[in-house]
Amino acid sequence: MKSSLYAMIVKEFKHVLRDGRSLFFLLAQPVMMMTLFGFALSNEVKESRVVIINQAHDEMSAALIDRFDESRYFHVVGTIDDSKEVSTWFEQGKALLAIVFPAHFAEDLKHTNKGSVQILADASDPNTAAIAANYAGAILRNFQSEGLGLTKLPYEIKVEPHMLYNPQLISAFNFVPGVMTLILMILGAMMTSVAIVREKETGTMEVLLASPMHPMQIVISKAVPYMVLAFVNVLIILFLSVFVLNVPIRGSLFLLLAESVLFISTTLALGLLISTSTEKQQVAMFISLVGLMLPALIFSGFMFPIENMPLPLRVISHVVPTRWYYSIVRAIMIKGLGIASIWKETLILGGMTIVLIAIAVKKFKVHLQ
Amino acid sequence: MKKLLVIVRKEFAQIFRQPAILRMMIMMPIVQLILIPLAADYEVRNINLQVIDFDHSTYSQEMIQKLAASPYFRLVSVPDHPDKALHNIEENIADLTITVPHNFEKDLIRENKASVSIEADAVNGTKASLGVTYASQVIGDYNQQIRERLVQMPRFNEMTLIEVNTSFWYNPLIKYPLFMVPGILALLVTMVGGLMSALNIVSEKEIGTIEQLNVSPMKRYQFLLGKLIPFWVLGLVSITLGLLVAYFIYGIVPRGSYFSIYFFSGVYLIGALGVGLLLSTLVDTQMQATLFSFFIVMFFVLMGGLYTPIESMPDWAQTLSSFNPVRYFIRVMRAIVIKGSGIGDLIPELKAMIVFGIVLNTLAVLNYRKRST
Repeated sequence: MKSSLYAMIVKEFKHVLRDGRSLFFLLAQPVMMMTLFGFALSNEVKESRVVIINQAHDEMSAALIDRFDESRYFHVVGTIDDSKEVSTWFEQGKALLAIVFPAHFAEDLKHTNKGSVQILADASDPNTAAIAANYAGAILRNFQSEGLGLTKLPYEIKVEPHMLYNPQLISAFNFVPGVMTLILMILGAMMTSVAIVREKETGTMEVLLASPMHPMQIVISKAVPYMVLAFVNVLIILFLSVFVLNVPIRGSLFLLLAESVLFISTTLALGLLISTSTEKQQVAMFISLVGLMLPALIFSGFMFPIENMPLPLRVISHVVPTRWYYSIVRAIMIKGLGIASIWKETLILGGMTIVLIAIAVKKFKVHLQ
Repeated sequence: MKKLLVIVRKEFAQIFRQPAILRMMIMMPIVQLILIPLAADYEVRNINLQVIDFDHSTYSQEMIQKLAASPYFRLVSVPDHPDKALHNIEENIADLTITVPHNFEKDLIRENKASVSIEADAVNGTKASLGVTYASQVIGDYNQQIRERLVQMPRFNEMTLIEVNTSFWYNPLIKYPLFMVPGILALLVTMVGGLMSALNIVSEKEIGTIEQLNVSPMKRYQFLLGKLIPFWVLGLVSITLGLLVAYFIYGIVPRGSYFSIYFFSGVYLIGALGVGLLLSTLVDTQMQATLFSFFIVMFFVLMGGLYTPIESMPDWAQTLSSFNPVRYFIRVMRAIVIKGSGIGDLIPELKAMIVFGIVLNTLAVLNYRKRST
């Protein structure tokens, strides 16, 4: 019995390895995502294009404009006189922010001790606009708290920031765990479900079921190659993150790999469940895409902050396995924590896996009649 | 022409015969449109704050109250020891620790200078740096208040104040759905045009029915048009559905004209269908198509500026993204829906889409052989 299972697994491996094109994409996917996230994508707002509407033309506004240009967050692309032109600059996408220095800016500051600056932002991208406006406000406030560059102020509270775990604020620290989560989800759930449903669709499943093998053995032998592939992908991602992106593995590598195997089992169980509920590859694929990928992306907390979501979504996020795996990987890799800090997440993932497999097995048997 | 019409009708019949796939096509946009905009709220607020107060003075208490009252922060814990604070950060209970040292008040008043340290969980760098910025702002404001209180009136009058007024155009309330919905609509049309069409053709390849079509007397262009026209129509249907969802759930009414939305969708769909067609000529099984299209869709989406701004990318990535058709359509949809731009404002994007349509379809037709290999 054991040897027939072994033979089946070898056969399935051959299937996977023979399809060179699929294999290529399975292995190229993590490499592409790591490269894109590592080198191309960023939420960071830097060198935002600013247009200055200078009606003041005095030394104070000039000093402030210099500050904007020197800041790494801004790039002054032009100076105009008339605030009416701003809408054209925004509509053609030439500037994100406009800063208006009114006439008599410096004089007002000197004589009435009050001056006003207006920040106009193209908020069609609200996130970038809000952050850029915030930085602009900070530059103005700093200028002011430094006594407008003149005198030192009394009673100063100095703020000393320390960035824990990631002092250089490298975004890779955040996304490497996220990419791992996503890739494993695709491989585990989508590939297994499509592979099994494919046999159903083409009719070869009947042949397999007519064989003396137990149905569960057939399913296990289908899942094993993808489990191995998923594990290889974990290794590729970790290799890239350590040697290319310089993201360290601060905790135990063994623990990280063990947790990954646990999560891979969860995704395989999900894939199995999907495969029992459909006959068409296209449907299996869409269920995986819409039902798994999307929640995986949304609820892992790596692209979108969970704490900002409305309550129902936050509740849903607790049943999405990616959320737990993501926080496990972050804890081990970046924060260097041990099992003592993640036993809760581990138990939840383990529990989910058992429940999913139980449901899938039950449905699978029913299905065969 | 008549033959073509028959083929188109046959393809439609085939699509409608598979209710599961049809349901998916309708569900996909609705689920995406409901979930993503709700979730895609990047604004950093609800930062979990903890404060270690070693000073226990009037000033330190006052400052902590100011911080706790800020809409950005949620005071979750007041540990008495740094180890406890670190533990809270490790367990994700707190994001930010503010430590007020001994003699904070004394130093401030006697030495004219006191310091406060902030420790941020910087795994998410953006969140950490914004958290520190916000905290510094609140502390800075409090600092200003102290000065006003402590410094004699005449000297206070010498202090100058720059007032900052910020106004957000096009989206004054900073509503995230308004930004995300048009982008997702663009993604949706891409999925229907590029992915579903590819899967459809490849499934005929896999099952073998494509051979029957190949031996039929119809011409190559008739076969291809017959496959593509239904998906072109479905693409327009999906955008209509999307616009309805946007209106009924988020109350979003495009500021620009519907004509320009459909005009651009129609043009863009030709290019998207070209992607699907090209894809279907490159693969033999649905599994390959799935993986291949997943790879491409991931690339298109990530490099299209849907989630992260293109302007934040390094130069080489920006150049790369100019070969991404989705990028143009996302920008067009956002410009029309949010800013009310017209076709005249978007000529460069229109040109890019036309070029994509021609190049992709030409490649696909050249690559398509009406024979099995």
